[in-house]
Amino acid sequence: MTTVLKARTLRRTVPKPTGRKNWGYTALAIFFLAIMLFPVYWMVNASLQPNGTTLETSWFPLKPDFTGYATAINEQAGNLGTSLIISLGSVALSLAIAAPAAYALAYFKVRGAGVVLFAILISQMIPGIVVANALYTAYNDLGLLNSIPGLILADSAHGIPFAILIIRAFMNGMPASVIEAARVDGAGHLRAFWSIVLPLSRNSLITAGLFTFLFAWSDFLFALTLTTTEAVRPVTLGIFQYIGAYVNDWSSVMATAVLASIPAIVLLVAAQKYIAAGTTGGAVK
Amino acid sequence: MSLATDLPHSEGQAVGGAMKTHGPGTEKPVPRRSPRQRRERVFQWLFLVPAVVYMTLFFGYPVVKNVVMSFQEYTTSTFFTGEAPWVGFTNYVTVLSSSLFSTSLLNTVLFTIGSIVGQFVIGLALAIFFQRKFPLNGILRSLLLLPWLLPLIVSSAVWRWILDKDSGALNRFLGDLGIIDTGIPWLTSTSLALIAVVGVNIWIGIPFNLTILYGGLQEIPDELYEAGSLDGATGWKAFRHITWPMLRPVVSVVLVLGVVYTLKVLDIILGLTNGGPANSTQTIATQSYNLSFHEFRFGEGAALGNVLVIISLVFAVLYLRASRRAVDE
Repeated sequence: MTTVLKARTLRRTVPKPTGRKNWGYTALAIFFLAIMLFPVYWMVNASLQPNGTTLETSWFPLKPDFTGYATAINEQAGNLGTSLIISLGSVALSLAIAAPAAYALAYFKVRGAGVVLFAILISQMIPGIVVANALYTAYNDLGLLNSIPGLILADSAHGIPFAILIIRAFMNGMPASVIEAARVDGAGHLRAFWSIVLPLSRNSLITAGLFTFLFAWSDFLFALTLTTTEAVRPVTLGIFQYIGAYVNDWSSVMATAVLASIPAIVLLVAAQKYIAAGTTGGAVK
Repeated sequence: MSLATDLPHSEGQAVGGAMKTHGPGTEKPVPRRSPRQRRERVFQWLFLVPAVVYMTLFFGYPVVKNVVMSFQEYTTSTFFTGEAPWVGFTNYVTVLSSSLFSTSLLNTVLFTIGSIVGQFVIGLALAIFFQRKFPLNGILRSLLLLPWLLPLIVSSAVWRWILDKDSGALNRFLGDLGIIDTGIPWLTSTSLALIAVVGVNIWIGIPFNLTILYGGLQEIPDELYEAGSLDGATGWKAFRHITWPMLRPVVSVVLVLGVVYTLKVLDIILGLTNGGPANSTQTIATQSYNLSFHEFRFGEGAALGNVLVIISLVFAVLYLRASRRAVDE
């Protein structure tokens, strides 16, 4: 995967001959995109329909109605807040654990690094339900069920292995001479790491952070299994509750879905560079 | 010396240690590392410790605990009494001999193969299409990532509404075209639900396949195609004799990863059908979830979870071999 990443970046630097402008292909690509993104359009369209009219949703939101959003915000604002806190907590925890580990794996080449990397790859094969099954009993004993710290810890399981691999791949490409120069100047390990390595790795940290956020925000399994009351309820679980029963008010379900999609949409548009970097590294995720 | 700035108090201890090992009294010329090097090693390891601890607690422990639980009668009462009697292989026997097991195993296989084939074929076709140079290529390609980035439960909810029998967009579209007269019960018919669930999972997986395969295609040097075209290898021939062999390592990584991720899918099925109707979309993962969290038979849920782990491990081995090959090339 690292080779894929490297090869791609290398290739991009090679100037490509610009052929004729093939707008025909662009039209075809837009057609494919329209099919693929129709569900996203439909979500937005349905969220803007008047309440309760499940019979005939019109194809276009010609008369947008925001009652769905009013209900969604009324009922799910707390859950959205819970999701936000858990996701931000997971980003902080994941980066705090992953960045030093990535540094150790990339730069120190410590003994056992191979074992750690192997364990990270293997961890990706472990089904979430197996982790949830065991964590439920442990959380029950530790009093971590229905708690935000409990969910932050569990949700980081989605992000930490990925973050380690992404940051390590980046740090592998960092010239060792920079760090050595800093160390010759008398900087300790911690100082070199904090003031040289981390700032230089900014892009990979942002990429890892964004994906960690998305993973925690999207988490459904741990929200479902590690909460038993309504005390702590991420928005994914809120949506599941909506669709768990017979739905007669799709506009508020879709409005909640739109609100829950905002992070993904914003990141794709605003942080496209980082997302692209993450998906290539995502071969290992 | 760098350590001294960070850990001044440990310096004294280390020096003391140095006296012991390398003092004039020591005669054995054992090639030991100097204490500074050893201290350096320890310090380097400290960077890795939090990650190792986390991985042990949240991946290692669950796997071990799950194995232990699968040999115990672990139910709701265990939480009150703390007693989980050993029952040997009883859980495995119960789970594997239940009539539901063959159903969920078959569904898991069909779900996995259907999803992988669909995602891969469409992903590869799109990846090849996007090799062409045309305006807005990059931006359109990255917008295609959206289905992959949305929370799975959001996608499930949206598709529930699109596939709704009476007023779903798909049935209305087909009805408007005059293809169907009455709504097709995509998610509520035992014969269609699995197909519908596979379809949704294909939609989710296309962006991933597209992105990785696109990267793989970009790696193939243009010169190969130029040389090939001189020999008359163009179009399908070029794909068959140049693209496919060169893409093979990436293909195996994509396929095996796809299998491993698809095997553990839970969100989409729970969100779309909850395993129904009449267990027609029940997979090993959803069945394990039901046993543990609906019937509170944690021991049996753990046993079934372990069956899933074993299936995944077989593919994990394939994955490691495939990725090694991909790295070698």
